[in-house]
Amino acid sequence: MADAGRVIAASPPRGWADPVLRLRVAIVLFVLVAWETIAWSATVWPNFLYRDVIPSWLAIGKGVATLLANPEYYWHLGVTASEIGTGLVIGGLPGIVVGILLGSNRTLAKAYEPYLYYLGPTPKIIFFPIMIMWFGVGPGSKVAMGAISCFFPIALSAAAGMRQIDKVLIRVGKSFRANTWQMATKIYLPAMRLPVVNGVRLGLGVAIIGTLLAETRLSNRGVGFLIQQAYSLFDMPRMYAMLIVLFVLAIGANALVGRIGRFDAIQQR
Amino acid sequence: MSDAAATGSAGDLGRRAMPAVLGLGSFIVFLLVVEILIRVGLINRYIVPLPSQIAGAFERIIVEEDIIGRFQLTFSEALRAGVMITVVGILAGIFLYRFDLWRRATETWIAALASAPTVLMYPLFLVIFGRSAWTIIMMGFVAGLPPVILKTIEGLAGTRRVLINVGRSFNLTPTQQFTKILLPAALPTIFVGIRLGLIFTLINVVGIEYLINFGGLGQLITDLAERYDQPALYATICFVIAVSVCFFIITEWIERWLTPVE
Repeated sequence: MADAGRVIAASPPRGWADPVLRLRVAIVLFVLVAWETIAWSATVWPNFLYRDVIPSWLAIGKGVATLLANPEYYWHLGVTASEIGTGLVIGGLPGIVVGILLGSNRTLAKAYEPYLYYLGPTPKIIFFPIMIMWFGVGPGSKVAMGAISCFFPIALSAAAGMRQIDKVLIRVGKSFRANTWQMATKIYLPAMRLPVVNGVRLGLGVAIIGTLLAETRLSNRGVGFLIQQAYSLFDMPRMYAMLIVLFVLAIGANALVGRIGRFDAIQQR
Repeated sequence: MSDAAATGSAGDLGRRAMPAVLGLGSFIVFLLVVEILIRVGLINRYIVPLPSQIAGAFERIIVEEDIIGRFQLTFSEALRAGVMITVVGILAGIFLYRFDLWRRATETWIAALASAPTVLMYPLFLVIFGRSAWTIIMMGFVAGLPPVILKTIEGLAGTRRVLINVGRSFNLTPTQQFTKILLPAALPTIFVGIRLGLIFTLINVVGIEYLINFGGLGQLITDLAERYDQPALYATICFVIAVSVCFFIITEWIERWLTPVE
């Protein structure tokens, strides 16, 4: 009788019983087979439209292995990573300061936030010719591209985070007569960690794009330069390999920053 | 009494306009300071042109560089990509809403695509489509598609249960249920997706035009940078920013107009 009244929750299917997993595997297999068929067709019919454009998975796999085994690639990767990291620091720290200022003062927010809000989504790559004039053709202009790309999302997220801070916390800080620096380091920044981490996550994504696009446009080092070089030499397996590795690294870096945010959330509980 | 009210409303208006005046005023002061610093030689005028020269270059880029024609070209590329993301994105969103298994299998992939740096694939698109407008349009399409799909699914799935039940009580056919209930209810959210998609599309269209030196406004920036025409280069960049800002304001206004008042 007791069993009759008990609601037995159906556990979700796992492994191969899960239709979602089976569909995903089917889609991946379909794409792989279709790709390989097109690559094979291109070798059979020499006048095929996408001849040389779609290499076989084997060639792409070899390209990835060659790329990862090449020490020179890691040097270029290091150059790009240092440009992105420096850009993130140079653009991110002022972004947080500006965000705190705008978030704490309503007049300043009304006066200047619309400019940030509307300038944020404009295509930043158009500033690259100016950055070349200001910082030269070397890594400086790429760092500058990363910095201006990440400044806007970080500043806007920090301003939004500042406005979400519990007023009680601010009153506690003021009642202890905390000075501006103490308020920023003891109250504001710890309380707005999550929005700032989200802003950094967004900023990292656009800094990666800004820096790499600048490298593809004018550079003699970095991953963007290697992609452009592969395009110039029409080395398609190498280009696909670099794009795959780059996408994995970009998504991984994004997930890593997101994980830091979640770690913060767990610690706050 | 009426005088007091008039004085009060004028003061209120002044208080409300103060931040806008402050913002615009500090921008003008900034330009004046830059002008003075360049004139006294503290900033190299060959690297940063005088703001007065930039203002004067606007007439030149309109008359000599055909910036309006180039704007129309960029606009037509963005429009074609925009139509494509709207049609394909909404249809894909409807398909994924109707077939839940497909939605559960692919939604995270589409979200991952939305955050992936797809613009870096432009050399690949150059190989496939050549140095043509189609490379620019397709890059805009790929970048703008995911938000439209995701927001269409969100809008349709978020339709209030009571509205669907009203449709059922009127014995509406599935097509009528979709066109009379689901689609109108989801329209504001779908438009949020279209707006986001159009923003990504516009960014990519101008960016790729600049990178491959082909098309409208982006190509003009490359041309002027290579000719070292600094005032015209800065003026063109200001023009692109102005176009982007107008575009965002208009789409934001339409979005607000479509959003029902709670």
